[in-house]
Amino acid sequence: MADKYQIKDLDLFYGDFQALTDVNLNIEEKQITAFIGPSGCGKSTLLKTLNRMNDLVDGCRITGQVLLDGVDIYDNYDVNLLRKNVGMVFQKPNPFPMSIYDNIAYGPRTHGIRKKALLDDIVEESLRKAAIWDEVKDRLKRNALSVSGGQQQRICIARALAVEPEVLLMDEPTSALDPISTNKIEDLVLDLKKYYTIVIVTHNMQQATRISDATAFFLLGKIIEFDATSNLFSMPKDKRTEDYITGRFG
Amino acid sequence: MARTHFVNELNQLNIELIDMGTLIEIAIDKAIHALNERDAELAQEAIEFDDKIDKQERKIEQHCIKLLMNQQPVAKDLRMISCVLKIITDMERIGDHASDISELTKRISNDNNSFEFPYFEKMAKICVKMVTDAVDAFVTSDLELCRNVIAMDDQVDALFNEAKESIIASLQSNNNQSDVYVDALMIVKYFERIGDHAVNIAEWVIFSITGMHKDIRIV
Amino acid sequence: MFHSKPKSTFYKAHPLSLLIKILVWASVCITAFVLLFIIAYIFIKGVPHFSLDFFSLKYNSNNVSVLPSIITTIYMILISLLTALPFGIGCAIYLTEYAKESRFVRYIRVTTETLSGIPSIVYGLFGMLFFVTYLKWGFSILAGSLTLAIMILPLIIRSAEEAIIAVDNTYREASYGLGASKLRTIFRIVLPAAISGIFAGVILAIGRIVGESAALIYTAGTVAKIPISGFDSARTLSVHMYALSSEGLNTDKAYATAVVLVALVILINFLANTITKKVGNK
Repeated sequence: MADKYQIKDLDLFYGDFQALTDVNLNIEEKQITAFIGPSGCGKSTLLKTLNRMNDLVDGCRITGQVLLDGVDIYDNYDVNLLRKNVGMVFQKPNPFPMSIYDNIAYGPRTHGIRKKALLDDIVEESLRKAAIWDEVKDRLKRNALSVSGGQQQRICIARALAVEPEVLLMDEPTSALDPISTNKIEDLVLDLKKYYTIVIVTHNMQQATRISDATAFFLLGKIIEFDATSNLFSMPKDKRTEDYITGRFG
Repeated sequence: MARTHFVNELNQLNIELIDMGTLIEIAIDKAIHALNERDAELAQEAIEFDDKIDKQERKIEQHCIKLLMNQQPVAKDLRMISCVLKIITDMERIGDHASDISELTKRISNDNNSFEFPYFEKMAKICVKMVTDAVDAFVTSDLELCRNVIAMDDQVDALFNEAKESIIASLQSNNNQSDVYVDALMIVKYFERIGDHAVNIAEWVIFSITGMHKDIRIV
Repeated sequence: MFHSKPKSTFYKAHPLSLLIKILVWASVCITAFVLLFIIAYIFIKGVPHFSLDFFSLKYNSNNVSVLPSIITTIYMILISLLTALPFGIGCAIYLTEYAKESRFVRYIRVTTETLSGIPSIVYGLFGMLFFVTYLKWGFSILAGSLTLAIMILPLIIRSAEEAIIAVDNTYREASYGLGASKLRTIFRIVLPAAISGIFAGVILAIGRIVGESAALIYTAGTVAKIPISGFDSARTLSVHMYALSSEGLNTDKAYATAVVLVALVILINFLANTITKKVGNK
């Protein structure tokens, strides 16, 4: 299978602090790749370099290359187009304080779609893909903040899908949710794998084993081990990976 | 070190498994002793001893399942616990076979004849060594020892074939003791089975150490 | 059980807690009493002097009609806000979303804070010198409301700034994450989310406009007629009250005017709250 992302010799600094060191990683198309590691290990930072959300951080500087479909996204790349192609779902469900419909339509409207009929179709299709259509179809005009946390997160996923991305970045998408909502999101992520390349940061190692195809283990800004998830969790090669996943760490 | 409780539980599981290893060694020992002495009483004792092994198997089984439920182990912990779950089944079967041998011992002893059969002692010796080594290999995570155990099985199989030939020859020349010879055949077959179970144990210990079972990646 | 422990034992063990509780309750009672007393006093003194010709279209020294002042006040509010809001919100957006912490930004902050501390009479003098005299507008609604606009600008900036800062950063991230530009993010996401906070500032600003008299006497004058153009001189309710009570002839009517003023403020607050809720729930 083809590589969606190729990350080559990536170093990332926040001011004087080096947050990522010599990261080399290939992310396969239409697979789920999980980033695991202790807090502050750089996994979220790397996730944010994949759609250049780090641009918003003052004093953030990178060297090396991040290739998306073979094109360096840090070299003369339209950042708004990049973020259209690489959707993001955040740790805390963050629907905009507007109606469910407007939440989903925000992205398409941003990219110039104005026709009501077309927007209606996009909203419905996105909500269906995010497995939440049946739950909200009768209250599309209601404020998105009026539904439960798990539903809000699926609305956020639908919102990301509405701009037809190819990649979906998820930053601990279930850490604020109860187990049932978490299961729904995990099921959804496994379904979405058919159409999207998914990269997920998670603190929950069981989650990584349940849904991901490949897992990268980060420590102190470096990738210690990157392997098929089943290999990494049954027979890790590095002692530090073993110590972390078996809970002997620190 | 984090997860102290879990680590303690794993150590406890290790001890329980060593205990079970000791129990089957005793069981085989008793069975062989009774066989050598043609001692029906000792044989009965060996049969009753099997209960302890069954109970120990139960205990370890419950412990493993509890750990799987509570701790969701991964990596070496997962390999160790699944290895334990597999090898206690083989250990329990070894115990059963020791008890089966003793049942037959009782019949041979009751016949009150002067039946001599050198293969019992030869096979018993190797089987005891295989079982002891397999358990030791688990305790010390010794890959080399595991491979030795697996290699030793060839000797047991060879001895079994020789014993079988010898019994067939005896049956053809001497008809009035045929029932004893059939019992003897079954006894050597049980020894051969014990050797097979020791091999199974060694193979699962290899999995616990390397993640490979019979050279195939399981997960 | 812990929570069913009798309170008396608790306060016996913690006498300081009892003292503080009493103090808190006392403050609440005093505040509420003072407020109710003032309102009741004004109403008792003012309501009996309501009459039909108190609301007649033309002012004369007999009816001392309040209607021209009501209309002037509303004009004044509208023009000041329409002038101050775009500048204030624009400034707040710049300070929060664009400006990096720099010396320049710190100067702007100090300036706005200083402006909000200046007594209104100083604004009045400035308004008189600049709008009335230098620009030759004379005493006029326009001069008055622009003076007021300058006066409420710091208030609007501060409240808008705080409201914008309070907008959850995850909204911005989500918007950028969908490929939206900074401008779109500010106008479609940040400002709508901040609107209720901005409205709170607007309500405070209206309070200051309605309550202002000193600055207006120097800039809008005290003519008690319904203004036709922006260059007409006119008096707001506060100025009307001030005029009535300082003339000493119609003190009763001054109380009646106060009732109208209080009613107007309550009405405006109510309207603003309703609008905020409507916008917030959209």
